[in-house]
Amino acid sequence: METVMVAWMFDSLLGLGLLWLAWQSLACSDLFKAIVLFIAFGLLMALAWVRLEAPDVALAEAAIGAGLTGALLMVALAQLQSIETNGDAAVATVKKGHCIRPLQWLLLIALSLMATGLGYVIISFPAHVPGLSTAVATHLEASGVSNPVTAVLLNFRGYDTLLELVVLLLALLGVWSLGGTVPQQTTTPAPLVLEALTRLLVPMLILTAAYLLWVGAHAPGGAFQAGSVLAAAGVLLLLIGRHPRAALMALPLRLILVLGPATFVAMAVVTMLIEGALLKFPPEHAGKLILLLETTAMLSIGATLAALFLGGRRHTDKEHS
Amino acid sequence: MTLIDYLTVVLLLAGAIFFFAGTVGLLRFPDVYTRLHALTKADNVGLGLMVVALAIQAESWAAVGKLLLIWLLVMLAGASVAHLVARGALRRGIRPWKQ
Repeated sequence: METVMVAWMFDSLLGLGLLWLAWQSLACSDLFKAIVLFIAFGLLMALAWVRLEAPDVALAEAAIGAGLTGALLMVALAQLQSIETNGDAAVATVKKGHCIRPLQWLLLIALSLMATGLGYVIISFPAHVPGLSTAVATHLEASGVSNPVTAVLLNFRGYDTLLELVVLLLALLGVWSLGGTVPQQTTTPAPLVLEALTRLLVPMLILTAAYLLWVGAHAPGGAFQAGSVLAAAGVLLLLIGRHPRAALMALPLRLILVLGPATFVAMAVVTMLIEGALLKFPPEHAGKLILLLETTAMLSIGATLAALFLGGRRHTDKEHS
Repeated sequence: MTLIDYLTVVLLLAGAIFFFAGTVGLLRFPDVYTRLHALTKADNVGLGLMVVALAIQAESWAAVGKLLLIWLLVMLAGASVAHLVARGALRRGIRPWKQ
């Protein structure tokens, strides 16, 4: 009884904290503060996923939602500020732009109605719905892995993951095609402490990524979590000014970026021809095939996220200077 | 409850006191440098006490190792980030607080 009470109190605090952080992050006029609040929101969200017994999602939320998205927002803010100091009025108006009041009220009412509807739907659900978990459990044997989440993501619903990889790639292409970003002007050497920290952390991050990838077969982990850890190593290296050489930025980077999606598509075509269905793996080889898919996906995800952090900067450096 | 359980409770409470003090310091201290000072105490000692509390409850040596690794990593990152924040503040010309 006591533990139920404590858990209930903890969950309520967590829920209220999430709502408050979300509100503060949106309502805050200082963009830097809003980003910090957003990162805190991501960390609490990861905790909420743990409470919902979804450690796979919690890992992904902490690594991508809080960590890498935070870094991306920070770098975007830095670029925004350097554009502003260069006297670009358009950005300033976007930042200060505010809606008309009646429209806000209309939005508030519409969103409240939607939230109430969604809340009602959730409450009206029976407490325990098996959903597809029994179907997954009965076929887990044939999936080649023993972690049901990995089985669903890479085997039963493999095309979802394929499309997710393509979405990531498209996001990077979008950033690249925007171009015109401000070249980085600060060439001051990175702080020694940051450099020492990076030297210590990067090998550890690579090891952690490999561990997450391997452990994904039977416990929480997998390509997305491992890829974002790799990307974190890339972000650290970029922060201390270890930019990859221009020769590496051209073809090799592009090859790594498409490696994951390309392997996935090739696998889809081959399984279509042999097994007669998209991404239907023969059970005796499924484990190895999934590991291959996850490894290539991890490399691509890591490279894509790190390249997103780098933004269009290097690209424009090369063409304009 | 065994002796180990009591020890865990004591260590957890001691850790919580450090976290509480760190939070109060973060909220009440006058400038960024003193706040960082308060914060690192919570990170290093508070988390250390909690890690020890959990480690003596752990079922395997592997779990103990993972807990210690987490503590070491948090100390490493915490100390480095505190230094970087303080360095950034100094470079921006924020003077340390004097009475």
